[in-house]
Amino acid sequence: MLEALQELWLTHQSTVAFIGLNGLLALSVYTTLSCGQLSLAQAAFMAIGAYASAILTFHARVPFALELVVAAVLPALVAVPLGLPVLRLKGVFLTIATIGFGEVVRIFFVNLDFTNGALGLTAVPQRTSVWMIYAALAGALYVLWRIRGSRAGYAIEAIREDDPAARTMGIHTAHYKLAMLALGASFAGVAGALEAHYTFMVAPSTYSFSRVVDMLVYAVVGGTGVFYGPVVGATFLTALPEVIREVSQLFRIQPGPVRLFVNGAVLLLVILYLPEGLASLPGRVRAWRRARREPRAA
Amino acid sequence: MGQQVVNGLFLGSIYALFALGYTLVFGVLDILNLAHQAVFMMCAYAALVLVVNLHLPMPIAFLVAVLAGGVIGMVVERVAFKPLRGRSDSNTVGLISSIALATILEAGVVAVFGPDMERFPIGTVPNRTLAIGGAVISELQIVIIGVAAAMLLGLTWLLRRTRLGRRIRAVAESPKAARVLGVDVDRIIAASFFLSSALGAAAGVLFGLAFNNVAPDMGRSVELKGLAVIVLGGMGSMPGAALAGLALGLLEVFTVAWIGSSYRDAIAFGILFLVLVLRPRGLLGSAALREA
Repeated sequence: MLEALQELWLTHQSTVAFIGLNGLLALSVYTTLSCGQLSLAQAAFMAIGAYASAILTFHARVPFALELVVAAVLPALVAVPLGLPVLRLKGVFLTIATIGFGEVVRIFFVNLDFTNGALGLTAVPQRTSVWMIYAALAGALYVLWRIRGSRAGYAIEAIREDDPAARTMGIHTAHYKLAMLALGASFAGVAGALEAHYTFMVAPSTYSFSRVVDMLVYAVVGGTGVFYGPVVGATFLTALPEVIREVSQLFRIQPGPVRLFVNGAVLLLVILYLPEGLASLPGRVRAWRRARREPRAA
Repeated sequence: MGQQVVNGLFLGSIYALFALGYTLVFGVLDILNLAHQAVFMMCAYAALVLVVNLHLPMPIAFLVAVLAGGVIGMVVERVAFKPLRGRSDSNTVGLISSIALATILEAGVVAVFGPDMERFPIGTVPNRTLAIGGAVISELQIVIIGVAAAMLLGLTWLLRRTRLGRRIRAVAESPKAARVLGVDVDRIIAASFFLSSALGAAAGVLFGLAFNNVAPDMGRSVELKGLAVIVLGGMGSMPGAALAGLALGLLEVFTVAWIGSSYRDAIAFGILFLVLVLRPRGLLGSAALREA
C-alpha cells in the first residue's frame, strides 16, 4: 500500500508541483484583474523573479528564502513605475500596453550577456520542494482572503464594478490599482523563482506571450468572481493534459493537437456557458436542484 | 539605403494588410479579435493546399484563400463574439473567447499538417529580379506591394463610397443609433468580420509566399506586431493602420541594418509602449479615449 502510494507520488510529483505553480500564476493575473484591470505583463514579472533568484544562486551564497523575498520584491518595484503611466489607460489599451512591456522585457533578457541570451541559464540547482510551492500558494490565498473582507477589499470591488463611481465615493482608485498590480507582480515573481529552481533552468522562451495567455485561461476557466477560482482553473487545466495523455495512448493518437484542442474548447465552453467559471459550478448545481425540487415555487 | 526602403515597404505592406483587418473589427465592435492570427495562418495553409494538391495557379489559389478567410471570419464572429454581445464585460470576455477559438483552429491545423513548417513548391512565384536605381527588387516583392496597395485602395473605396461601407461606419460610430435608423447591425458586423478576415487571409498568403514558410505558429509574432501597428496608427483608424504598418516595416528593416537584428522586436514593442503612454490615440486616432 505504502509502496503503491510512493510510486503514485513519484510519477505525478511534477504535475502536483505545476498545479501549485500555475495556481500561483493564475492568482497573479486575478489579483490585478480584481480591480477590473487586465494586465498581461505577468510573464515579464515572472521572468524578473526567475532571473533574479537564479543569478543570486550563482553569484551569492544566500539562503533560498532570501532569494524568494527578492523575487517577490523586485517585480513589485518594477510594477510601480510601470503602473504609474499605464494604469491611466483603460480597458483594452491597458492590456495592449502590458503586452508590449512583457515583450520588451523578454527581448532584453534574450539580448543581455549575464542572462546567457536566448539559451537562458541552465543547471540551476534544484532548491524548490513541492511543499514550498504550496506554502507560497497558501500564503497568496491567505493574503487575498484577508483583503476580501477588509476595507480595501470593498474598495477594490467597488473599483471593479464602476471605476468613476468609486472615485466619486472618495476611493483613491489609482492607489488600489497600483497596489494590486504590484501584489500580482510579486506572486508572479515568486512563482518564477520557484519554477526556475524546480526545473533547473531559466529560459526566456518560457516567459512568452503564450505563457501569459495560459495564466489568463486558468483564471478565467476557474472563475474570477472569487479569489480561489483561479486555483480551481489551474488545477483542472494542469491535470487535464495528464488525463488526455493516458486517453490518447489508449486510442493511439498524437496527444499534442488534442491537448491544444481541448484547452481551447474548455475555455470557449466556460466563457459561453459558465461565465463565473468552474468555481461557480457547485452553487449552480445546488440552485438547479432546488429549482427542480420545488418547480413552481416562484 | 534604397534597398532598405524597398525591403521595409515590402514588409510594411504585409503588416498593413494584417493590421487593417484587426482595426476594422476593433473600430466596429471595440473588441480585439485575437483569432485574426489564426485566420492569417489557416489561409496560408489553404493556399498551400490549393497550389500543391490541386495544382491551381497561384493567383486563383490566392483569391480562393481570401474568400475562405472571409468565411472563416464570419464563423469566428458567430461562435466567439455573437453569443457574448450584450454582456457587460464583453470587451475582456471577447478577447478571451477569440483566444480560445484561435487555439482550437491552431490545434486543427497541427492535427492535419503537423507542427513543422512547409514550403511552397519551387516555381510557384516568379523569382526574377529588377534593378531600379541602386536597389534590387524581386518580382514577388513588386506583386506583394501591388496587391497590398490595391486592397488598401479597394477597402477605402468600399468604406467611403458604398452603401455597405456607410453602414459599417454607422455601426462603428454607434450601434444603437444605426439600429434606430434601420441598419441590420448583426449583418453589418458579420460583413465587417468577412472583410477583416479576408484582409488577414491575404496577408497570410502573401507572408507565406514572401518568406516561403508556412507554419502553425506563423501568426503569433505577426499578431503582436499587428497590435503595435493599430495602436501606433490609432485604434480603429484605417489610414492610420496602413501608415503605421508601412512605418513599422521600414523601422524594423532600418533597425536590423543599423542596430542589429536582435533588437528588432524590442523597437516595435518599445514604440507601442511609448505611444500608449504618451499619445494613446495614436498617429491618426480621432477621438480621445472614452471615459469609462
